[in-house]
Amino acid sequence: MSRSFRLFMFAAPSRFYALSGFLLPWLWLLAIGFAVAGLYVGFFLAPTDATQGDSYRIIFVHVPAAWMSMILYLAMAGWAVFGWAANARLASMVARALAPTGAMFTFLALWTGALWGKPTWGAWWVWDARLTSELILLFLYLGYMALVESIDDVRRADHAGALLALIGAINVPIIYFSVKWWNTLHQGATISMTAAPKMAATMLQAMLLMTVAFWAYSFAVVFMRTRALILERERQTQWVMDLASRATEEKK
Amino acid sequence: MIWGSLSEFLNMGGYGLYVWGSYGVVLVLMVAEPLLARHRFRKALSQAGQALEQESE
Repeated sequence: MSRSFRLFMFAAPSRFYALSGFLLPWLWLLAIGFAVAGLYVGFFLAPTDATQGDSYRIIFVHVPAAWMSMILYLAMAGWAVFGWAANARLASMVARALAPTGAMFTFLALWTGALWGKPTWGAWWVWDARLTSELILLFLYLGYMALVESIDDVRRADHAGALLALIGAINVPIIYFSVKWWNTLHQGATISMTAAPKMAATMLQAMLLMTVAFWAYSFAVVFMRTRALILERERQTQWVMDLASRATEEKK
Repeated sequence: MIWGSLSEFLNMGGYGLYVWGSYGVVLVLMVAEPLLARHRFRKALSQAGQALEQESE
Protein backbone atom coordinates (compact mmCIF):
# COMPACT_ATOMS: atom_id res chain seq x y z
CA MET A 1 0.00 0.00 0.00
CA SER A 2 1.64 3.21 -1.15
CA ARG A 3 1.39 6.50 0.66
CA SER A 4 -0.55 8.29 -2.05
CA PHE A 5 -3.08 5.48 -1.94
CA ARG A 6 -3.78 6.17 1.70
CA LEU A 7 -3.90 9.92 1.14
CA PHE A 8 -6.63 9.53 -1.45
CA MET A 9 -8.49 6.85 0.44
CA PHE A 10 -11.37 9.18 1.30
CA ALA A 11 -11.41 10.52 -2.24
CA ALA A 12 -13.32 7.36 -3.12
CA PRO A 13 -17.03 8.27 -2.97
CA SER A 14 -17.85 4.97 -1.21
CA ARG A 15 -15.40 5.70 1.63
CA PHE A 16 -16.62 9.27 1.96
CA TYR A 17 -20.20 8.04 2.02
CA ALA A 18 -19.49 5.70 4.93
CA LEU A 19 -17.39 8.17 6.92
CA SER A 20 -19.81 11.08 6.51
CA GLY A 21 -22.72 8.83 7.46
CA PHE A 22 -20.94 8.01 10.71
CA LEU A 23 -20.12 11.66 11.44
CA LEU A 24 -23.55 13.16 10.66
CA PRO A 25 -25.36 12.57 13.99
CA TRP A 26 -22.35 13.94 15.91
CA LEU A 27 -22.21 17.05 13.74
CA TRP A 28 -25.91 17.73 14.34
CA LEU A 29 -25.46 17.22 18.05
CA LEU A 30 -22.53 19.65 18.01
CA ALA A 31 -24.47 22.24 15.98
CA ILE A 32 -27.55 22.15 18.21
CA GLY A 33 -25.56 22.06 21.44
CA PHE A 34 -23.39 25.05 20.54
CA ALA A 35 -26.38 26.99 19.18
CA VAL A 36 -28.32 26.52 22.42
CA ALA A 37 -25.28 27.58 24.47
CA GLY A 38 -24.61 30.57 22.19
CA LEU A 39 -28.22 31.76 22.33
CA TYR A 40 -28.28 31.38 26.10
CA VAL A 41 -25.11 33.44 26.56
CA GLY A 42 -26.22 35.93 23.89
CA PHE A 43 -29.70 36.58 25.25
CA PHE A 44 -29.38 35.97 28.98
CA LEU A 45 -25.79 36.70 29.99
CA ALA A 46 -24.58 39.35 27.55
CA PRO A 47 -25.58 42.82 28.74
CA THR A 48 -27.52 45.43 26.78
CA ASP A 49 -25.15 47.58 24.71
CA ALA A 50 -24.67 51.14 25.94
CA THR A 51 -25.08 52.80 22.53
CA GLN A 52 -27.05 50.32 20.41
CA GLY A 53 -29.41 48.93 23.03
CA ASP A 54 -30.58 45.38 22.35
CA SER A 55 -30.47 45.71 18.56
CA TYR A 56 -26.80 44.67 18.70
CA ARG A 57 -27.89 41.11 19.60
CA ILE A 58 -28.32 40.55 15.86
CA ILE A 59 -24.51 40.28 15.78
CA PHE A 60 -24.66 36.73 17.17
CA VAL A 61 -26.07 35.49 13.87
CA HIS A 62 -24.95 38.27 11.53
CA VAL A 63 -21.19 37.89 11.94
CA PRO A 64 -21.09 34.05 11.94
CA ALA A 65 -23.31 34.01 8.81
CA ALA A 66 -21.06 36.53 7.07
CA TRP A 67 -17.93 34.54 8.00
CA MET A 68 -19.47 31.32 6.72
CA SER A 69 -20.52 33.01 3.47
CA MET A 70 -16.88 33.80 2.71
CA ILE A 71 -15.31 30.59 4.06
CA LEU A 72 -17.79 28.38 2.18
CA TYR A 73 -17.10 30.27 -1.04
CA LEU A 74 -13.36 29.68 -0.72
CA ALA A 75 -13.99 26.02 0.10
CA MET A 76 -16.31 25.72 -2.91
CA ALA A 77 -13.81 27.34 -5.27
CA GLY A 78 -10.96 25.24 -3.83
CA TRP A 79 -12.74 21.90 -4.22
CA ALA A 80 -14.11 22.86 -7.64
CA VAL A 81 -10.63 23.70 -8.93
CA PHE A 82 -9.11 20.60 -7.31
CA GLY A 83 -11.84 18.46 -8.86
CA TRP A 84 -11.01 19.96 -12.23
CA ALA A 85 -7.21 19.86 -12.00
CA ALA A 86 -6.91 16.41 -10.37
CA ASN A 87 -9.97 15.00 -12.13
CA ALA A 88 -11.40 14.08 -8.75
CA ARG A 89 -15.13 13.40 -8.96
CA LEU A 90 -15.80 13.65 -5.25
CA ALA A 91 -14.16 17.09 -4.97
CA SER A 92 -16.46 18.42 -7.70
CA MET A 93 -19.46 16.97 -5.91
CA VAL A 94 -18.43 18.63 -2.63
CA ALA A 95 -18.08 21.95 -4.48
CA ARG A 96 -21.62 21.65 -5.79
CA ALA A 97 -22.92 20.64 -2.38
CA LEU A 98 -21.34 23.71 -0.77
CA ALA A 99 -23.01 26.27 -3.06
CA PRO A 100 -26.59 26.31 -1.70
CA THR A 101 -25.38 26.51 1.92
CA GLY A 102 -23.00 29.35 1.05
CA ALA A 103 -25.76 31.18 -0.79
CA MET A 104 -28.07 30.77 2.20
CA PHE A 105 -25.52 32.21 4.62
CA THR A 106 -24.83 35.09 2.24
CA PHE A 107 -28.54 35.86 2.11
CA LEU A 108 -28.74 35.65 5.92
CA ALA A 109 -25.78 38.00 6.33
CA LEU A 110 -27.52 40.52 4.05
CA TRP A 111 -30.94 40.02 5.65
CA THR A 112 -29.76 40.34 9.25
CA GLY A 113 -27.54 43.24 8.18
CA ALA A 114 -30.55 45.08 6.74
CA LEU A 115 -32.51 44.53 9.95
CA TRP A 116 -29.56 45.80 11.96
CA GLY A 117 -28.83 48.70 9.61
CA LYS A 118 -32.32 50.16 9.84
CA PRO A 119 -32.25 50.96 13.58
CA THR A 120 -28.51 51.84 13.72
CA TRP A 121 -27.87 53.66 10.40
CA GLY A 122 -31.46 54.59 9.57
CA ALA A 123 -31.35 52.65 6.28
CA TRP A 124 -32.09 49.05 5.29
CA TRP A 125 -29.54 49.22 2.52
CA VAL A 126 -26.71 51.50 1.39
CA TRP A 127 -24.40 51.03 -1.61
CA ASP A 128 -21.39 50.75 0.65
CA ALA A 129 -18.34 48.67 -0.37
CA ARG A 130 -18.93 45.92 2.21
CA LEU A 131 -22.62 45.52 1.43
CA THR A 132 -22.18 45.71 -2.33
CA SER A 133 -19.35 43.15 -2.43
CA GLU A 134 -21.40 40.80 -0.22
CA LEU A 135 -24.32 41.17 -2.64
CA ILE A 136 -21.95 40.28 -5.50
CA LEU A 137 -21.01 37.15 -3.52
CA LEU A 138 -24.67 36.12 -3.49
CA PHE A 139 -24.83 36.57 -7.28
CA LEU A 140 -21.64 34.52 -7.68
CA TYR A 141 -23.17 31.63 -5.73
CA LEU A 142 -26.42 31.84 -7.72
CA GLY A 143 -24.49 32.14 -11.00
CA TYR A 144 -22.37 29.09 -10.14
CA MET A 145 -25.48 27.05 -9.29
CA ALA A 146 -27.29 28.12 -12.45
CA LEU A 147 -24.24 27.40 -14.61
CA VAL A 148 -23.58 23.86 -13.35
CA GLU A 149 -27.28 23.00 -13.59
CA SER A 150 -27.58 24.31 -17.13
CA ILE A 151 -24.92 22.03 -18.68
CA ASP A 152 -26.06 18.45 -19.21
CA ASP A 153 -22.62 16.82 -19.37
CA VAL A 154 -21.85 16.49 -15.66
CA ARG A 155 -18.05 16.72 -15.83
CA ARG A 156 -18.14 19.62 -18.31
CA ALA A 157 -20.54 21.40 -15.97
CA ASP A 158 -18.10 20.78 -13.09
CA HIS A 159 -15.24 22.29 -15.10
CA ALA A 160 -17.21 25.35 -16.19
CA GLY A 161 -18.32 25.86 -12.59
CA ALA A 162 -14.73 25.61 -11.37
CA LEU A 163 -13.65 28.38 -13.74
CA LEU A 164 -16.47 30.67 -12.59
CA ALA A 165 -15.80 29.89 -8.91
CA LEU A 166 -12.07 30.56 -9.35
CA ILE A 167 -12.57 33.95 -11.03
CA GLY A 168 -15.18 34.91 -8.45
CA ALA A 169 -12.80 34.09 -5.57
CA ILE A 170 -11.15 37.50 -6.06
CA ASN A 171 -14.29 38.96 -4.51
CA VAL A 172 -13.67 37.33 -1.12
CA PRO A 173 -10.60 39.39 -0.12
CA ILE A 174 -12.43 42.44 -1.46
CA ILE A 175 -15.29 41.77 0.97
CA TYR A 176 -12.92 41.10 3.83
CA PHE A 177 -10.74 44.19 3.37
CA SER A 178 -13.49 46.50 2.05
CA VAL A 179 -13.90 48.16 5.43
CA LYS A 180 -10.17 49.01 5.44
CA TRP A 181 -9.70 49.95 1.78
CA TRP A 182 -12.70 52.21 1.54
CA ASN A 183 -14.13 54.64 4.02
CA THR A 184 -17.48 52.97 4.42
CA LEU A 185 -20.51 53.09 6.65
CA HIS A 186 -20.03 49.48 7.68
CA GLN A 187 -17.88 49.24 10.79
CA GLY A 188 -14.43 47.69 10.80
CA ALA A 189 -13.55 44.26 12.14
CA THR A 190 -14.55 43.70 15.76
CA ILE A 191 -12.23 40.74 16.05
CA SER A 192 -8.72 40.74 14.69
CA MET A 193 -5.75 38.45 15.08
CA THR A 194 -3.50 41.27 16.19
CA ALA A 195 -5.56 43.26 18.69
CA ALA A 196 -7.77 42.57 21.67
CA PRO A 197 -11.45 42.26 20.74
CA LYS A 198 -13.41 45.48 21.09
CA MET A 199 -16.37 43.95 22.85
CA ALA A 200 -17.49 42.57 26.23
CA ALA A 201 -16.36 39.02 27.05
CA THR A 202 -19.88 37.54 27.13
CA MET A 203 -20.73 39.15 23.79
CA LEU A 204 -17.62 37.66 22.25
CA GLN A 205 -18.32 34.24 23.78
CA ALA A 206 -21.85 34.17 22.37
CA MET A 207 -20.58 35.08 18.92
CA LEU A 208 -17.88 32.41 18.96
CA LEU A 209 -20.29 29.73 20.24
CA MET A 210 -22.65 30.56 17.38
CA THR A 211 -19.75 30.42 14.95
CA VAL A 212 -18.88 26.86 16.05
CA ALA A 213 -22.57 25.94 15.68
CA PHE A 214 -22.65 27.36 12.14
CA TRP A 215 -19.47 25.47 11.22
CA ALA A 216 -20.92 22.18 12.46
CA TYR A 217 -24.20 22.93 10.69
CA SER A 218 -22.35 23.62 7.44
CA PHE A 219 -20.38 20.37 7.60
CA ALA A 220 -23.55 18.41 8.37
CA VAL A 221 -25.76 19.85 5.65
CA VAL A 222 -22.98 19.78 3.03
CA PHE A 223 -22.27 16.13 3.90
CA MET A 224 -25.97 15.33 3.49
CA ARG A 225 -26.09 16.98 0.08
CA THR A 226 -22.84 15.35 -1.04
CA ARG A 227 -24.23 11.93 -0.09
CA ALA A 228 -27.32 12.61 -2.22
CA LEU A 229 -25.10 13.73 -5.12
CA ILE A 230 -23.02 10.55 -4.81
CA LEU A 231 -26.14 8.38 -5.03
CA GLU A 232 -27.40 10.37 -8.01
CA ARG A 233 -24.15 10.19 -9.93
CA GLU A 234 -22.74 6.79 -8.97
CA ARG A 235 -25.93 4.83 -9.54
CA GLN A 236 -24.16 2.48 -11.95
CA THR A 237 -21.50 1.38 -9.48
CA GLN A 238 -21.72 -1.92 -7.66
CA TRP A 239 -21.58 -0.45 -4.15
CA VAL A 240 -24.49 1.96 -4.77
CA MET A 241 -26.51 -0.91 -6.29
CA ASP A 242 -25.83 -3.02 -3.19
CA LEU A 243 -26.77 -0.11 -0.96
CA ALA A 244 -29.98 0.59 -2.87
CA SER A 245 -31.06 -3.04 -2.88
CA ARG A 246 -30.47 -3.26 0.88
CA ALA A 247 -32.53 -0.07 1.37
CA THR A 248 -35.44 -1.43 -0.68
CA GLU A 249 -35.24 -4.75 1.21
CA GLU A 250 -35.57 -2.87 4.50
CA LYS A 251 -38.62 -1.02 3.23
CA LYS A 252 -40.45 -4.26 2.36
CA MET B 1 -31.13 38.46 34.99
CA ILE B 2 -31.40 41.10 32.30
CA TRP B 3 -35.12 40.64 31.57
CA GLY B 4 -37.81 41.38 34.16
CA SER B 5 -40.60 39.63 32.26
CA LEU B 6 -41.37 37.73 29.09
CA SER B 7 -42.87 40.78 27.39
CA GLU B 8 -39.71 42.72 28.20
CA PHE B 9 -37.69 39.93 26.61
CA LEU B 10 -39.87 39.92 23.48
CA ASN B 11 -39.75 43.69 23.25
CA MET B 12 -35.90 43.70 23.15
CA GLY B 13 -35.71 47.29 24.36
CA GLY B 14 -37.89 48.45 21.47
CA TYR B 15 -35.89 46.51 18.84
CA GLY B 16 -38.05 43.37 18.95
CA LEU B 17 -39.07 43.58 15.30
CA TYR B 18 -35.46 43.79 14.12
CA VAL B 19 -34.02 41.18 16.47
CA TRP B 20 -36.79 38.60 16.04
CA GLY B 21 -37.07 39.39 12.35
CA SER B 22 -33.42 38.39 12.05
CA TYR B 23 -33.54 35.29 14.24
CA GLY B 24 -36.85 34.13 12.76
CA VAL B 25 -35.56 34.04 9.19
CA VAL B 26 -32.28 32.42 10.33
CA LEU B 27 -34.26 29.69 12.10
CA VAL B 28 -36.64 29.06 9.19
CA LEU B 29 -33.85 28.75 6.61
CA MET B 30 -31.55 26.68 8.83
CA VAL B 31 -34.38 24.21 9.49
CA ALA B 32 -35.61 24.16 5.88
CA GLU B 33 -32.22 23.55 4.29
CA PRO B 34 -31.43 20.26 6.07
CA LEU B 35 -34.99 19.04 5.42
CA LEU B 36 -34.55 19.75 1.70
CA ALA B 37 -31.16 17.99 1.73
CA ARG B 38 -32.70 14.97 3.48
CA HIS B 39 -35.53 14.88 0.96
CA ARG B 40 -33.03 14.89 -1.89
CA PHE B 41 -31.00 12.12 -0.26
CA ARG B 42 -34.02 9.88 0.26
CA LYS B 43 -35.21 10.49 -3.29
CA ALA B 44 -31.78 9.60 -4.68
CA LEU B 45 -31.70 6.39 -2.64
CA SER B 46 -35.17 5.26 -3.70
CA GLN B 47 -34.47 6.13 -7.35
CA ALA B 48 -31.30 4.06 -7.28
CA GLY B 49 -33.41 1.20 -5.93
CA GLN B 50 -36.05 1.66 -8.62
CA ALA B 51 -33.44 1.63 -11.37
CA LEU B 52 -32.17 -1.66 -9.97
CA GLU B 53 -35.63 -3.25 -9.94
CA GLN B 54 -36.31 -2.20 -13.51
CA GLU B 55 -33.06 -3.81 -14.58
CA SER B 56 -33.84 -7.12 -12.91
CA GLU B 57 -37.30 -7.32 -14.52
